[in-house]
Amino acid sequence: MPHGNEPGSIGLVKKQFYTFCEPPREMELSSGAKLGPFTLAYETYGKLNRDKSNAILILHALSGDCHAAGRYSESDKHPGWWDNTIGPGKAFDTEKYFVICSNVIGGCQGSTGPASINPATGKEYGLSFPMITVHDMVRAQVHLIDHLGIDRLLAVTGGSMGGMQALRWAVSYPDRVIASIPIATTSKLSPQGIAFNEVGRVAIMADCNFLGGEYYGKAAPREGLALARMIGHITYLSDDSMHEKFGRRLRGKKSFGFNFNVDFEVESYLRYKGDTFVHRFDANSYLYITKAIDYFDLSLPSGSLVKAVEGTNAKFLIISFKSDWLYPPYQAREIVKAMMINGIDVTYCEIDSRYGHDAFLLDEGEMSKIITNFLANVAESNGIREAASR
Amino acid sequence: MAEGARIDHSVILGFIPSGAKILDLGCGDGSLLEKLVRQRGVTGRGIEISEEGVRSCIAKGLTVMQGDIDKGLRDYPDNSFDYVVLNQTLQAVKKPDVVLSEILRVGKKGIVGFPNFAYWKMRFYLFVYGRMPKTEFLPYEWYDTPNIHFCSILDFREYCAKHEVRIEESVYLSADRGGRVLRGVRPNLFAENAVYLLSDGRRAR
Repeated sequence: MPHGNEPGSIGLVKKQFYTFCEPPREMELSSGAKLGPFTLAYETYGKLNRDKSNAILILHALSGDCHAAGRYSESDKHPGWWDNTIGPGKAFDTEKYFVICSNVIGGCQGSTGPASINPATGKEYGLSFPMITVHDMVRAQVHLIDHLGIDRLLAVTGGSMGGMQALRWAVSYPDRVIASIPIATTSKLSPQGIAFNEVGRVAIMADCNFLGGEYYGKAAPREGLALARMIGHITYLSDDSMHEKFGRRLRGKKSFGFNFNVDFEVESYLRYKGDTFVHRFDANSYLYITKAIDYFDLSLPSGSLVKAVEGTNAKFLIISFKSDWLYPPYQAREIVKAMMINGIDVTYCEIDSRYGHDAFLLDEGEMSKIITNFLANVAESNGIREAASR
Repeated sequence: MAEGARIDHSVILGFIPSGAKILDLGCGDGSLLEKLVRQRGVTGRGIEISEEGVRSCIAKGLTVMQGDIDKGLRDYPDNSFDYVVLNQTLQAVKKPDVVLSEILRVGKKGIVGFPNFAYWKMRFYLFVYGRMPKTEFLPYEWYDTPNIHFCSILDFREYCAKHEVRIEESVYLSADRGGRVLRGVRPNLFAENAVYLLSDGRRAR
């Protein structure tokens, strides 16, 4: 069977583009800088119902993009990054909901980012691209949602940095979100998380090909970016999952090589992940997006999370994973607590998974079922008509 | 047993006026909370320690937080809820005294239901067999029971008197889960379960 036709798959999908904020109506960013025009790459799955009330916005993490589900062609080897949760009969059921996913601003999969051409200079932005924040990502998405004619999203959801956006949406645009499902996320990254991001950035900037970010048209800083990705992958796994996935097994050999080539499976895995990443990701985007993650702090400007979520009226489903040490459950519980104190309708589930931060991508445990049930209830209590019944 | 046969649930439903704001501690699979939401139209929140329980609650469309009530209540402001319910959970918490005082701080009123350890069948079991009592309702072995703080009706009443907890209403239930409300004397001997409506005696003063 050709790919794209398997049951539960959304099938073939197409990337779309929306360009907006033409000067002089540039978008003002959190840093105060202005940006425009810019483009968001996005994909949609399923059908928007007549009153445009069944839309769900999927928000991707650091290395994700707008290709959340389906395949681009029948020979496409890999489906979108959250294909296991998006499709007919899946958690984000495309028979019922209109699912949207866009590449974040600053990204490198079709949305405007440091690798894009700056219309003012005719050259790639490089490090002259303005610094962006999670709020800026959301600001850009608001334009896209306006463009699609959607007044209120049935739900916003995502894991990790996607969860940060899901929180930001609900807190800053309370009238435009009915439900929010932040997964494996935090109201602010821990110093440990910032530390790992910084090591990744230093690895990129220390690469002799980095050239102050102006490497376009030349050799990219691949060694640095691969190293950053390897470090990242360590933080997405857990001690348990590494034992299970690799143990101390040797890669293609029966005894140690007694040299610095790959001996262990885990070494081979990390190198493979690093090497494949550089073909699809821009090093400058990695710098910008990790910085946006580090800057995210939902409690600002007051510093009080309880105060920050005041006035938020979305219904929340917050999910964390027990073995996630990068975005540990205690951080999710802090958000839940602040919301409870405000009387916000928040449901919280801590899934018993051994797969660390990666669990949200793997759809560990009963995540899909929990989301399915939660969404069904939200749709029902808000009288949302399904796409099929329009 | 039919869902409606939970006499303790009916008693609790009887205590709670419609539209009230409820926190159900140790809400399990959410069967009580669901009745409160559907039949009483309450704004309901549950706290449940097990992932399985949380999942069932979500499937019922309830708002529930996975958490440990031994740790979880101190962050709630005073009087956040009209009623805080602790049904069949008192015996499973690590610090019943702390949980009870928190219930009456966070809630304007508290509803506490628990198995009476001085129930005659329990006494009989211990007296005749010389072993830790097991019942249909409390089937655990001594080594794997989640129930670590049993008390009798007399013990509970003594606790309330000592800690200025006002007992507004008390209902005693006979025999098994499908039982009936006992009107007779000596509930400490004849009631398998007790359900109390409580308030903070110090606050009333």
